[in-house]
Amino acid sequence: MSKTMKSVAIVGAVAAAMTAHSATTAEAAGKEKCYGISLAGENDCAAGPGTTCAGTSTVDYQGNAWTLVDAGTCAEIDLPAMADGTPRTGSLEELNRDLPSA
Amino acid sequence: MLDATLTPPRLPAAPGVGYKAQHFADLRAAPGPVKWLEIHAENYMGDGGRPHAQLRALREDFAISVHGVGLSIGGEGRLDPDHLARLKALVGWLEPASFSEHLAWSTHGAEFLDDLLPLPYTDATLIRVADHIDEVQDVLGRRMLLENPSSYLAFAESTWSETDFLAELVRRTGCGLLLDVNNVFISATNLDYTPQSYLDAYPLTAVGEIHVGGHDEDEDDHGAPLLIDSHGREAAEPVWALLDHALAGTGPAPVLVEWDNDVPDWPTLRAEADRAASALAAVPAG
Amino acid sequence: MPPAHWPPSLPGDVMTTTQADFRAALLDPERAVPDGLTDPAGQPTKRRFAVYRNNVTVALIDALRTGFPVLCKLLGDQNFDQLARVFARAHPPTSPLMMHYGAALPAFLDGFEPLARIGYLPDIARLELALRHAYHAADSTPLDAARLGALPPEVLMQTRLHLSPAVQLVHSRWPIHDIWCYNTRAGAQKPRSIAQPVLVTRAKFDPEPHALTPAQAAWIQAIIDGATLENAVDAATAIDANFDLGPLLTLLIQHNALTDITTPKD
Repeated sequence: MSKTMKSVAIVGAVAAAMTAHSATTAEAAGKEKCYGISLAGENDCAAGPGTTCAGTSTVDYQGNAWTLVDAGTCAEIDLPAMADGTPRTGSLEELNRDLPSA
Repeated sequence: MLDATLTPPRLPAAPGVGYKAQHFADLRAAPGPVKWLEIHAENYMGDGGRPHAQLRALREDFAISVHGVGLSIGGEGRLDPDHLARLKALVGWLEPASFSEHLAWSTHGAEFLDDLLPLPYTDATLIRVADHIDEVQDVLGRRMLLENPSSYLAFAESTWSETDFLAELVRRTGCGLLLDVNNVFISATNLDYTPQSYLDAYPLTAVGEIHVGGHDEDEDDHGAPLLIDSHGREAAEPVWALLDHALAGTGPAPVLVEWDNDVPDWPTLRAEADRAASALAAVPAG
Repeated sequence: MPPAHWPPSLPGDVMTTTQADFRAALLDPERAVPDGLTDPAGQPTKRRFAVYRNNVTVALIDALRTGFPVLCKLLGDQNFDQLARVFARAHPPTSPLMMHYGAALPAFLDGFEPLARIGYLPDIARLELALRHAYHAADSTPLDAARLGALPPEVLMQTRLHLSPAVQLVHSRWPIHDIWCYNTRAGAQKPRSIAQPVLVTRAKFDPEPHALTPAQAAWIQAIIDGATLENAVDAATAIDANFDLGPLLTLLIQHNALTDITTPKD
């Protein structure tokens, strides 16, 4: 692109954008629409679940520890190889198919 | 020892609640008996946005108590200077009526363990905690309140009772105390003494604020009761009785209702504040 | 006289418990309960120490759950909790500000073999972190766009734009905006097979993610790096010769993402 063309393009873009109105609707400080972000990472001083095994259990996270019993939405998302040729797909189902049957 | 002239305004001797963002509108529309709010300091140490905007709005209508949960005053290491600086900045712009922290530790080395962990009460830990309180009060230029923890176990090496330990900290540093009567009840049950005997030995004259809150019931290895400081329900009857007992000794005081887990709707929390108001109304003034 | 609750008289050498011992056992369930911790009768106790183990572990898992809701939905609660527990034990918070917890999760996922086949997970974690950063970012005053419109073309070309501290750019070769919407908005379409960098803006208090083309992402990155408008457009057209600045600039103005400009004579 020539310098002149580029200049015309940028000036045009700015002119077009000038007609945009900034989001002036001031969101009231109390009204959330942000998907629980406000709750993420809150510090508090309450204790947890007592003597349950949550903090004492060990984790075997290799291979078939990842079950489909409780699988989330990734099982519904079927993405083929990405444009850069990566062979990965996006499905937990795929992972489980490869596991030796228990 | 703190210069008493630096002591900031006190919280009102009225009910307060632990602030939760979901109660923002209700608190402004129908606060009931609630005259002040307590916030957890760390949740307002971001750079801006809605948390700060809400605080700026709330401080117009309520006295604010800043309650730290991350300073690790009982830690073996030195206080985190970055965290102290953040605290100073928050207290600087918010100008709260009170700042309080816990007799506990939560930081080890570079790690923050997100819990109020216990410490033994010995001559050595007394000196360390007193030094940390001195440092906090120096940096903030104000008196702080120190809260008694809820204990689930005991340290074989402890040589001080918790009440004597707290009284000595008050004497050495000039700090005030935040008396959590739910924690007293929990620790007394868990460590097998009576909560009344704790209050009898506790320096009630240093109390600047009282906490009530809910706990859960569990049991230890031998089937003995083990209470958990869950803050997830109404305060239990014996805890309200303990509040009356404490108020009889302190006189009218700021009383906070803590509810951090399974946070209820505003009417439910307000009912707890109403109950605190009734307890306060029964206390002879001054 | 203090209540005679503690300590009971103890015979012989008294065990001491360092905070290093305490911490080591907290996040490692294989370790024994540290010496010197007892019930009120002076007996060793496993369940009482477990209360602290649970407090820390569950608090960290809960923090990750609320901080990464889309990741949690993608994996399912059970799988996510398992991931969170492994991560929390390996990477406890390094700051008392829980609002920042999980910053190490994307890199952890990059190298986490059991979930490596779900290639987009690390970038989803990056997007969720970006939304959180935007939420807590400093407030700023939006640019009066008329200042931009008043510049002569040759000055405009050499002008640098300042973005609000809330603006975050997340590069990705995965359709992370589609995936995020699919898990947060009713009726959202299934993720398409496209590379989809995301721009996060915060017009006032609520962060909002916007899908970008790779050329738009290159333009934003150039602006973040301090490039002039001309050089930023060069960076974008290097990726897509038909790059049109208009829609992106409109979006930035609409969402209060610009705060200031620096012209060559400034």
